[in-house]
Amino acid sequence: MTTRRTFLKLGVGGAMALAAGGALYRGLQQGAPRRFSLDPAGREFLTAVVPVLLGPVVTAPGDVAATVQRVQAAIAGLPLAAQAELQDLFGLLALAPARRLLTGLPAWRDATPAQLQTFLQDWRLHRFAKLRSAYQALHDLVIGSWYADPASWQAIGYPGPIKGLA
Amino acid sequence: MSGTGTTSPIPDPIAAGLASGWRVIDCATLAEDRVIEADVAIIGSGAGGGVTAEILTNAGLKVVIVEEGALKSSRDFRMREADAYPALYQESAARKTKDKAINILQGRTVGGSTTVNWTSSFRTPPTTLAHWQKRYGLEGYTVGALAPWFEKMEVRLNIADWPTPPNANNDLLRQGASRLGIATGAIRRNVNGCWNLGYCGMGCPTNAKQSMLVTTIPAALTNGATLLTRARAERLVLRGDRAAHVLIAALGADGIAPTGRTVTLRARHIVVAGGAINSPGLLLRSGAPDPHGLLGQRTFLHPTLVSAARFAQPVEGYAGAPQTVYSDHFLDTLPVDGPVGYKLEVPPLHPLLLSTTLAGFGAAHAETMRHFARSQGMLALLRDGFHDGSRGGQVRLRVDGTPELDYTMTDYLWDGARRALRTMAEIQFAAGAEAVLPLHEMGRHHTSWRDAQAAIDALPMAPLLTRVVSAHVMGGCTMAADERDGVVAPDGRYRHLANVSVHDGSLFPTSIGANPQLSIYGITARLASGLAEQLTGGKVHG
Repeated sequence: MTTRRTFLKLGVGGAMALAAGGALYRGLQQGAPRRFSLDPAGREFLTAVVPVLLGPVVTAPGDVAATVQRVQAAIAGLPLAAQAELQDLFGLLALAPARRLLTGLPAWRDATPAQLQTFLQDWRLHRFAKLRSAYQALHDLVIGSWYADPASWQAIGYPGPIKGLA
Repeated sequence: MSGTGTTSPIPDPIAAGLASGWRVIDCATLAEDRVIEADVAIIGSGAGGGVTAEILTNAGLKVVIVEEGALKSSRDFRMREADAYPALYQESAARKTKDKAINILQGRTVGGSTTVNWTSSFRTPPTTLAHWQKRYGLEGYTVGALAPWFEKMEVRLNIADWPTPPNANNDLLRQGASRLGIATGAIRRNVNGCWNLGYCGMGCPTNAKQSMLVTTIPAALTNGATLLTRARAERLVLRGDRAAHVLIAALGADGIAPTGRTVTLRARHIVVAGGAINSPGLLLRSGAPDPHGLLGQRTFLHPTLVSAARFAQPVEGYAGAPQTVYSDHFLDTLPVDGPVGYKLEVPPLHPLLLSTTLAGFGAAHAETMRHFARSQGMLALLRDGFHDGSRGGQVRLRVDGTPELDYTMTDYLWDGARRALRTMAEIQFAAGAEAVLPLHEMGRHHTSWRDAQAAIDALPMAPLLTRVVSAHVMGGCTMAADERDGVVAPDGRYRHLANVSVHDGSLFPTSIGANPQLSIYGITARLASGLAEQLTGGKVHG
């Protein structure tokens, strides 16, 4: 298991891999569609990080899958340039060597919640702005998708818009 | 229009206008390429484009308005963030600076940002105008010369004092500031019959907000203008020193990708009014002459810091007019070209926008959200562009031709950011906050002003650590008396093209130091009246 120290040591190589990885990933995807598509590996990654980003608000069995669905829909509404960047990020994190270099983690489905939390916290405060921005993209997509859903509102005391007009 | 809300009790002026025969073409539905002719093509239907369209059609000119977004109206405005942001905002309300460190809110729908703004209406501050006169030679831009234009637009858009008491979210700014001897004022609003709901940012569901969507654009359409929606102005096609036509790409119904259909729009004159970022972007894509390398430079944001506080009592920041109290204390007590000053306001609090703006994740984030209804938010808008330490960002084109703003927070601005976070925490504690959370990836809840102050002083000010947002993009097509200072002349004409004007917030040589909508309305009303006279040979009707 990677400690924070070994992660930071990997920082330079990791950031370079992230910068180069988009091109690498695109090279592997011949005739890639211009719109974002969530492949099984990307879905596995999201399924792993969604409960860690959302924390204790996730209680029902279908919560994670429903959030992954909404994240996918949110990405589909972004401009193509942003969709391509996210495709690169997801593609990179799906490649086992890049994932190990960047995060030190085993396969996403095998990572423990504590390992995932450490990974997210490392990226959140990482000295490379590129990794901080990747963390923030995940933060906004996942957390925004959760609180966009009326089912989340009761827990935060938000009554929603007035009924007659909504 | 989606036409989904057939049960709304609110009359829909857009539906009525369409029924009366307005010429509106949804380019997503075009089955073949089109050629359209006009006297004037106006690119953009926001504050600058809307005002210009009404004035030019009143002068009898044949106008075509080009809008990248869709035509939505009150029946579509269902007060849901999940629907409103993708439908009504640039890049689903997630437009960002190149380094992704500043999230930018800008409208992309008929009416532009005026359809989704929070209705705050300020005339251009006298200190800003004085700086423009002195530094940019804009001698005609005096308080006195602009007053009649502001007055005209205030009457047109029903801009007036707001008689209803502020909601708790705003009133806490007033109370805290007052206990510290900091003066606050009441914000004037462009509304008529407002229900005080608090959902201005998702499109006004009752048509009370006097945005371009329900005022100047309907007037222009009734005067015979044509409106193209889902129409992206790709470039001005230049012949010699003139723009011969506008090449327009039709976008699909979701607004994401071009369908392959185009519209060729020929016009005697072209008014660029796509807003800062998109206007310089269009001119850059067009290869517009720019001998001094100024196009896209000096783009400003009012970089905005955010402080969240938790109170014992309900605040309900989602309910009631979103912005009604402000303080200019930290603008007025600092010289305009000294350390950066900031305007204090509050934001409406809605779940999606607040949850994504809050830093952190997991249990800590969920705990902050649990107190959503007792949370108060405060904003400090930095007045950028008045000092050598703040020269603005640069709009450039991505490889796909779309524009992107490269904006660096300088040490000069970070100094202001830290002072602003301190000020907001102090005011929130003075208002009785139980806890204050400066929005920063390393920010924590503090229960006393002393703790908060020490912590804010120790926070590293850096991109993607300190939360910085923007709802006001200005500059990039600077207007100035000397061509070495700006690509646009004081009359709004693009200097290096004979038949192109710029009428939007991209004209401003600095930030405004206040919410910019009324500055755009007043200044473009004056420019459009001048243009109407030139294009009609002085024979202006109506």
